Amino acid sequence: MKKDIFKIANTKLRSRLIVGTGKYKNFVETAKAVQASGADMVTVAVRRINITDKKKPILTDFLNPKKITLLPNTAGCFSSFEALRTLRLAREMGGWKLVKLEVLGDKKTLLPNMIETVKTTKILVKEGFEVMVYCTDDPLLAKKLEDYGASAIMPLASPIGSGLGFQNKMNITLIIKNAKVPVIVDAGIGAPSDATLAMELGCDGVLINSAIAKANKPILMAKAFKDAVISGRNAFLAGRMKKNYFGSPSSPIKGLI
Amino acid sequence: MAKIQLNGKKISIRSNLSILDLLKKYKLHDRKVAIEHNGSIVAKSNYNKKFLKNKDRVEIVHFIGGG
Repeated sequence: MKKDIFKIANTKLRSRLIVGTGKYKNFVETAKAVQASGADMVTVAVRRINITDKKKPILTDFLNPKKITLLPNTAGCFSSFEALRTLRLAREMGGWKLVKLEVLGDKKTLLPNMIETVKTTKILVKEGFEVMVYCTDDPLLAKKLEDYGASAIMPLASPIGSGLGFQNKMNITLIIKNAKVPVIVDAGIGAPSDATLAMELGCDGVLINSAIAKANKPILMAKAFKDAVISGRNAFLAGRMKKNYFGSPSSPIKGLI
Repeated sequence: MAKIQLNGKKISIRSNLSILDLLKKYKLHDRKVAIEHNGSIVAKSNYNKKFLKNKDRVEIVHFIGGG
C-alpha cells in the first residue's frame, strides 16, 4: 500500500490530529494530553510575557519545540492589523513560517471575519508565510483562500468551543472536493465521533482543543481522539460501502432450510 | 533615568539601557521571546544595538497555551 503521508506546506506530520494547548488545568496536564493524543503539531498563542512573576512556568518548558511543531495562531485577533502583528512576532520568536491565521468577527459567536481573513492571507503569503487559514464553511471562499496561496484550509464544523459538531456536512464535503491543499476541520468538534466523521468525509486532519481540554478526563479523551482520527482515516482510505434504501441480507439465501 | 512603557506598564529604567540589558534585568535573555519596540519588531541580532529612550513602548511576548 502507498504510504499515507500528511504534509502541510513543507512540514510532514505523522499524526492527522492537531491539538490546541489552551484551557488545560496546568502545563503538566497539557503535556500529558498532547502525548496521549499522538499529535506532533500543537497550536500556541502569542501573548505578553509576565515580567513581574519570573518563576511562573512557561509552556515551552513542557512542550519541546524540537519534538513537536508549534503552530502559532492569532486567537483573539479581531482585525488584520492585530493578526499581522501577532504572526510577525511569532515568526521572529520561533524562526519558522508555518502559522495559523484566524481573524474573528464577533465576540459572541467567534465566527471568522472572512473579509479581513482573505485580506490578511494575501499579505502573509506575500511576506513568505505558510498560512493555514481558519474560515467559514463556504466552499467558494475556501477556494479563494487557496487561490491566494493558503497552505491549508481550516473550515469550522461549528463555532469555536461550542462542541456542536458538524452543522453543514455538505459544505465541508464540497470544500474537500474542491481543494488541492489539506483541509483540516478546525472548530466545533465535540466528541471523537465528530472527528471520525470528519476523516470519513475525506478531511486531511482535524484540530481539537476544547473537546479534549474540557472533558472530565482530558488525557483519556486525548487517546480517544487519537483512535477516532486513525479510525476515520482508515475508513476513508478503505472506501465505505454504498448506501441502499432497502435491506440486503448478510447471509446467503441459498441453502435455507 | 528614562520612563518607558513595558507590556502596557509604566516603568523607570536607567538611561542608555539596551534591549538586551532590559531582557537581562528581567532574566528573560535566555527565554524564547519576541520584542516589539515602538511598533517595530526587533531582530535578535539587534538586541544589543537598540537603546531605550524616554516614552518608548516595548512589548515582550512569548508562546502560551492556545487553541
